Amino acid sequence: MKVFIDYIRSLFLLELLKGLQLTGRYLCSKKFTLQYPEERAPLSPRFRGLHAQRRYDSGEERCIACKLCEATCPALAITIEAAPREDGSRRTTRYEIDLFKCIFCGYCEESCPVDAIVESRVYEYCFENRGENIMTKEKLLAHGDKYEVQLAKDLEAQAPYR
Amino acid sequence: MSEEKTITIEVDGQSLETKSGTLLIDVTDAAGINIPRFCYHNKLSIAASCRMCLVEVAKVPKPIPACATQVMDGMVVQTRSPMAIAAQKATMEFLLINHPLDCPVCDQGGECELQDVAMGYGSDATRFVEGKRVVPENNLGSLIATDMTRCIHCTRCVRFGDEIAGMREMGATGRGEHMTIGTFVARNVNSELSGNVIDLCPVGALTSKPFQYRARAWELTRHTAIAPHDSVGSNIQVHTRRNEVMRVHPESNNAINEIWLSDRDRFSYEGIKSEDRLTQPLIKKDDKWSEVSWEEALEAAASGLKEVAADPEQIGTLVSPTATLEEIALAQKLTVGLGSQNIDYRLRQEDFRGNSTAIPWLGQSIASLESIDSALLIGSNIRKDQPLLAHRMRKAALKGAKIQFVNPLQLDLHFDAAQMVSDPAGMVHNLAAIAEATGGLHYLTEQVDVGEEHKAIAKELKNAESAVILLGNMAQSHPDYTILCGLASVIAKATDSSVGVIPMAANSVGAAVIGVIPDHALNALTMLESPRKGYLLLGVEPGRDTNNPALARSALNNAECVVAVTAYRSPCLEEAANIMLPMSAFSETSGSFVNAEGTWQSFAGTTTSAGESRPGWKVLRVLGNLLDIEGFDYSSSEEILNELKESYCGNLKVTSFGAAKGKIRSAVTGLIRIGETPIYASDALVRRAASLQKTKDARDATVARVNSSVATAAGLSDGDKIAVVQGEGRAKMVLKVDAYIPDGCVWVPAGVPGSESLGDQFGEISLEKV
Repeated sequence: MKVFIDYIRSLFLLELLKGLQLTGRYLCSKKFTLQYPEERAPLSPRFRGLHAQRRYDSGEERCIACKLCEATCPALAITIEAAPREDGSRRTTRYEIDLFKCIFCGYCEESCPVDAIVESRVYEYCFENRGENIMTKEKLLAHGDKYEVQLAKDLEAQAPYR
Repeated sequence: MSEEKTITIEVDGQSLETKSGTLLIDVTDAAGINIPRFCYHNKLSIAASCRMCLVEVAKVPKPIPACATQVMDGMVVQTRSPMAIAAQKATMEFLLINHPLDCPVCDQGGECELQDVAMGYGSDATRFVEGKRVVPENNLGSLIATDMTRCIHCTRCVRFGDEIAGMREMGATGRGEHMTIGTFVARNVNSELSGNVIDLCPVGALTSKPFQYRARAWELTRHTAIAPHDSVGSNIQVHTRRNEVMRVHPESNNAINEIWLSDRDRFSYEGIKSEDRLTQPLIKKDDKWSEVSWEEALEAAASGLKEVAADPEQIGTLVSPTATLEEIALAQKLTVGLGSQNIDYRLRQEDFRGNSTAIPWLGQSIASLESIDSALLIGSNIRKDQPLLAHRMRKAALKGAKIQFVNPLQLDLHFDAAQMVSDPAGMVHNLAAIAEATGGLHYLTEQVDVGEEHKAIAKELKNAESAVILLGNMAQSHPDYTILCGLASVIAKATDSSVGVIPMAANSVGAAVIGVIPDHALNALTMLESPRKGYLLLGVEPGRDTNNPALARSALNNAECVVAVTAYRSPCLEEAANIMLPMSAFSETSGSFVNAEGTWQSFAGTTTSAGESRPGWKVLRVLGNLLDIEGFDYSSSEEILNELKESYCGNLKVTSFGAAKGKIRSAVTGLIRIGETPIYASDALVRRAASLQKTKDARDATVARVNSSVATAAGLSDGDKIAVVQGEGRAKMVLKVDAYIPDGCVWVPAGVPGSESLGDQFGEISLEKV
């Protein structure tokens, strides 16, 4: 009996017609291809793009060199060295993220007790020379300063769920 | 309670056998049952103040602290019953009321007992919404960083100061919420064991200042090693990160350092990163140092030594007693290979008249020092020179042992002791008088007056069941060391005491054991008195490490070829040497030390050597190859060690000294120098440890001290700027009037900056006003 049914199916190309049915459905529906870079997809406040370090309103850097991000980073992309600053506060003397190693999991952001390290919405960047893949403390802070308004808004949007 | 019978108790359904009278917490610890605690520490007294170790005991209505409860037969204990858990939770909640939630910036984070116990026994949320207490900071000096707001008042640091360090430097003031721990009046903590409070503090209130904010506990790799300073040979953990030594912690070893560590052993690692590190082989050409390759430097060193060794007697080798056994052994082999026997490690010794082949060691185990009944220490500032031996002495003294000193200065001690203070010549007389009082023959030609105090010491030693006579660092630098040794052994024989020497440095005994004691050849003094044409220096800084820097420098500066294998540059060495070969510093090389009690302890290297420097044994091995000396084919330091072990291990006999014959050389007409080597000037590494150099002990060692009668006679007063003059050498210093210095003496430290031009550590000296 089974042999007979299979024979009928293949004779009338039923499987093929089934597939064509799906194709036909998409042929008539609204297109969702975006014409990047003219068009952009909307981004979630939780988007995990290029890293940034934030400052307080006073201009003081937030990072306190607790090294939790370094400890939690599964790709070992973060390297921190710390020492007391002149005023006696605990600060990093070196904070580097190797973007070749980073897997953008967002654990650093999640572990940070002071919301210092965050991942911004920026995903368009490239390196032309070796060494540029290292996000140094200066680069991170500059990036944070540039996008602070957006970063603060994103963090606030996530706050109820954290 | 005192009779010890075996009883059975039940803890969490587990039946445990123990001795009656034991503390419950000790029983559970031994059985591996965890009871949380903060104030309890097995080396300190019981405070029972933190209430964290509350457990439920059957038939007792309320939970009771395990740390202050002695076990009784049939006791049934619950550590995780609802009552115990409720008690632990409540205690934890109270402790966290005033504890700041600043773990991310706290250095203790990651190795914090409060964090661990809060995780295991605390609640997950706080109900406390009121304001927290803030406590003002203390400045405890350059070694200990404080954040007293974090303090939970366990009082471990207070009890440590009281019971172990012997200086009650910290205490609790105020009550209840106003209770704070601090120094009573604003001052630093100056104990030479102060660093141990960092380990004891269960929270981040007391942390290490040199290590402050530099790394996290989880980033560090631990390597066990041996401390390279005093002859205790403390077991340590070197914590490294990314090929850098970050800090040093004690490793527990009850036979040697227990769980303690002296500050010198703990903080000296800073010297590894000193700017003085020699990182390239250097050759002096036309009085200018130029960097060269290893090949060039080694070949120049080999040809230089070969040239001088045409007359083998013209070669002299001086090795530092802090060098490893392997390095010293190869230096010895090299010297012998060149045909010379002139090699010595006793750089600070002045008197070589006696039986030089006796191995100067403690004569007993370190741990046994705490069970002695009486001790006579001759020329020893044991508290500063060997802090952990002093700790053993202190334990004995607290048990009732009578400790006595014959010293050239009064000491600030942390235990009760009878101190007989006199000038260096007087020390010999005092010792002879004690010998006479014991009924021994002292062989001195001079007449000695036996006083009541001499008789008292003799009687103490005689009556004691186990008495020990020890010669300390100052005795070994004494111009009449031989006589002191002879008298010590006379007293020992007459009183049936054991006699020994407290070795000065980490590997003094090691060097002696492998035979770096010239018998019929030139020793450390004669090598310099009758200058040689060629010298090989291993880790020696001529201006700082020798008994007579002026003599050492003139001999070395005039030599034809001086090859220095060294980890550090120093002005005196640059002046003296022709070739400097960079050697790995402590923690960068593998090696072994033999400590005061004769224990061979080996360690591995923990980080790679700075710059182009290489382990000392490798440098000497290649130098041996280039000189075509046989037997220099080692491929690891273990090979050298195994060879040494086969020949020398167990080569420790009870020290025997020759008779006390000879002229008393310390009798001078003018003033005599008491040239003690201060605690933080003892070797090249510690001299470069920045934080230790800021301590009170280091600051105190930059002045010249005299008592008021000497000052008045010289027309000087406290705070005067003076110059101390010894022969050709002059050193500018500040005068301090100190009643602890005997008449006719000037305390001028050795090994400190400025002392490089002076002469004998115990030699004639004069004062000039500047």
